[in-house]
Amino acid sequence: MLILVANPLTLVGVVLVATVVLAALLADLIAPFPDHRGAVVDFVNFNKPPSVAYIMGTDVVGRDLFSRILYAYRISLLMAVVVLAIAVPIGVALGLVAGYLGGRWEYGLMRLTDIFLAIPPLVLALSILGVMKPTLLNGMIAVTAMWWPWYTRLVYNITRGEKAEGYVLAAEVTGASRFHIMFREILPNCIPALVTKMTLDAGFVILIASSLSFLGLGVQAPTPDLGSMVAEGARYLPDQWWLSVFPGLAILVAVFGFNLVGDGMRDILGGDR
Amino acid sequence: MILQMRDLGKTFETGQLRVTALSGVTLDVAAGECLAVVGESGSGKSTLGNLILGLFAPTTGHIVFDGSPLLATRSLEQRRAIQLVQQNPASALNPRRSVQASVRLPLDVHAIGRASERAAMVRALLADVGLDPALAARAPAALSGGQRQRVAIARALACNPRLIVLDEPTSALDVLVQAQVLRLLDDLRRTRGLTYVFITHDLALVRAVAARVAVFHKGRLVEEGTTDAIFTDPRDTYTRGLIAAVPVITEEEKEMRDRLARGAA
Amino acid sequence: MTPLLDIRDLRLSFRLWSGTVEVLHGISLSIARGERVALVGESGSGKSVTARIILGLIQAMRGARVSGQVLLDGQDLGLLSPRARHGLRGTAMTMIFQDPTSSLNPVLPILHQFREVLARKEPGISVAAAHDRAAAALQEVAIADADRVLGSYPFQLSGGMNQRVMIAMALANRPKLLVADEPGTALDVTVQAQTLDLMRGLVADHGTAVLFISHNLGVVREFADRTFVIYRGRIVEQGPTAAVFADPRHPYTRALMSAQPRLTAVGLPDIPERDPAFGDPMEVHP
Repeated sequence: MLILVANPLTLVGVVLVATVVLAALLADLIAPFPDHRGAVVDFVNFNKPPSVAYIMGTDVVGRDLFSRILYAYRISLLMAVVVLAIAVPIGVALGLVAGYLGGRWEYGLMRLTDIFLAIPPLVLALSILGVMKPTLLNGMIAVTAMWWPWYTRLVYNITRGEKAEGYVLAAEVTGASRFHIMFREILPNCIPALVTKMTLDAGFVILIASSLSFLGLGVQAPTPDLGSMVAEGARYLPDQWWLSVFPGLAILVAVFGFNLVGDGMRDILGGDR
Repeated sequence: MILQMRDLGKTFETGQLRVTALSGVTLDVAAGECLAVVGESGSGKSTLGNLILGLFAPTTGHIVFDGSPLLATRSLEQRRAIQLVQQNPASALNPRRSVQASVRLPLDVHAIGRASERAAMVRALLADVGLDPALAARAPAALSGGQRQRVAIARALACNPRLIVLDEPTSALDVLVQAQVLRLLDDLRRTRGLTYVFITHDLALVRAVAARVAVFHKGRLVEEGTTDAIFTDPRDTYTRGLIAAVPVITEEEKEMRDRLARGAA
Repeated sequence: MTPLLDIRDLRLSFRLWSGTVEVLHGISLSIARGERVALVGESGSGKSVTARIILGLIQAMRGARVSGQVLLDGQDLGLLSPRARHGLRGTAMTMIFQDPTSSLNPVLPILHQFREVLARKEPGISVAAAHDRAAAALQEVAIADADRVLGSYPFQLSGGMNQRVMIAMALANRPKLLVADEPGTALDVTVQAQTLDLMRGLVADHGTAVLFISHNLGVVREFADRTFVIYRGRIVEQGPTAAVFADPRHPYTRALMSAQPRLTAVGLPDIPERDPAFGDPMEVHP
């Protein structure tokens, strides 16, 4: 706790992230118009600017923007959790194997990683989505496919360093299996760097996912999604500014919050090697 | 003889570079003795240790351990019989695992005792090396250098080895701590019938702990014999030079050193 | 005669989140002009921080509380402005460290680094003049092919060579005081012996005073005129080196000497790592 006090920016980040998470979890309770997350139309109140009744205004079919943003946060966080939950184990495992076993494993895996890293992330995701139907699930697959190589490279570098340490030698001399050395000895030493990176990545996954749905390749209507909302509202700028600005700010809050917490993690855990 | 090395040599090749770290080493180690392997950097003493530990295969020659050939790929039993204590206690223990986990590893690998008994075995080992068994739950960062080295020794003893390679085990320790750790090592050797290959650059240490000495220079074994013999009448010029360079603190040592140095080229 | 370096009742503590840690409990030490003084202790004794306080390197650290006086040539260093204090570093007092290769900048050739050092005293010195001065300095440390060395990077030279380069750089501006923090510890015995011989000769020639920090009693005995033994932030014994070694009085000094393995004896005595007697008052040899 004292560490957070000493690091005010981290505290700000924690507050922002907590806000986002709570907003998503408690959307049903907080949202003034919970049913507006679905296919509801209210042509009496469409395109209304922010007011007391509609805090962030309404969209083109009359739905409350604030309520929709709260539900959209669910999608964003779900994306972050699922993508990381799949990409990180794959990336870490490949990095450990490439770093510790060396030889052909290293060569093969790292060249594969290099190929994936050489393709601009968005382009890769777009090409994957180009051959699949644009849905939330496929969006997750696309983003996961471009995310694992970063973890492979991170863990590969740490593993190469740890390989030279005395405790690895001691385990080898004792006759421990290679699996044990990789996953029970070296992996724990990767944790600080991994936690830092995952925290930072949560924000970036949200950003990338929003970019994809901005291009129309994520969730489809009527499911609320921050990127789609920004895209829809873009046509109405600058008159109906709230349609794009509030979802945009919502993305900003989430990404910024995770970034600050991630930086704080780096300071606390020293995970940056 | 528990360990026999015949014409042992090792050359490393990385791309264009060929480095001959060791050549033509023929050396025996008797069971239960402490053989000191002395040399400066580049002498090949660490390479010798690594060959005994099986980290890589020799380029020439062979090793026989307890009557059987000792290769780089070796049986689990052979791995159990030869253990290591390293120079740097900070690096020798996994910073992210408790003392308990580190000392327990050999027990788990070689399935010694029943799994439920191993925690108690670890505590007993810690007591054997003069540590409070309660330290088992701590992380290495909470221990001093001397304590960490004792943990490393406990770990080396865990699977009842026959031979321990000690690679400069006390160079990173303070003088008072070093003295205690050396006494501990000597005690353990006697009570458990262990054999030590004690690698060091410190000749004064050699006199204090080893019965026999092998002096290495630039990858070759230049002199070998009992400690007393080497220090009374060193034959090789390099050995004399090595003795002459040792910083000493008593007049007695100074006289001895000067006497021996006068014989050096 | 005023001593060149006079440390009076130096105390150091660090304020941390968890509390205050006291490191030095009143160190007093003096070095005369041209004298070689050793500060001997184990790790955690406070010997290295003492050296760094003299050069003013600790005072800048967060949470460091330093009290007491450090006088160089009669001048209280604590009263100087940071700028003035900085001016003394590299000119009037210099320092060399334990690992020569890592103490030198790995991305600059030796000549470049030499020039930086020389420029402390002669700002704007030309490359050619620096080259000549550096070559002369390298000759003093028995480096024959100065041109090759000056054009090299530290990783291209051996440890012993780098150590001699560091000594040459440290003495290039003819400082009054050289602080040597465990020099030669990272080197082989034979190389260390040569390097220390060299250093001894050089400082005698230039009349430089040396504060020699070490944990190695043998090296101290051969190098220093006077010895101060430090234990947990206190000086426990001091005096002319010959006297301290011939007749160690303080229990800690005696423990250190007995625990040291000898070329002449087999076996090691049973000496405890800690002993209440180590807290006994200081012994002074006249």
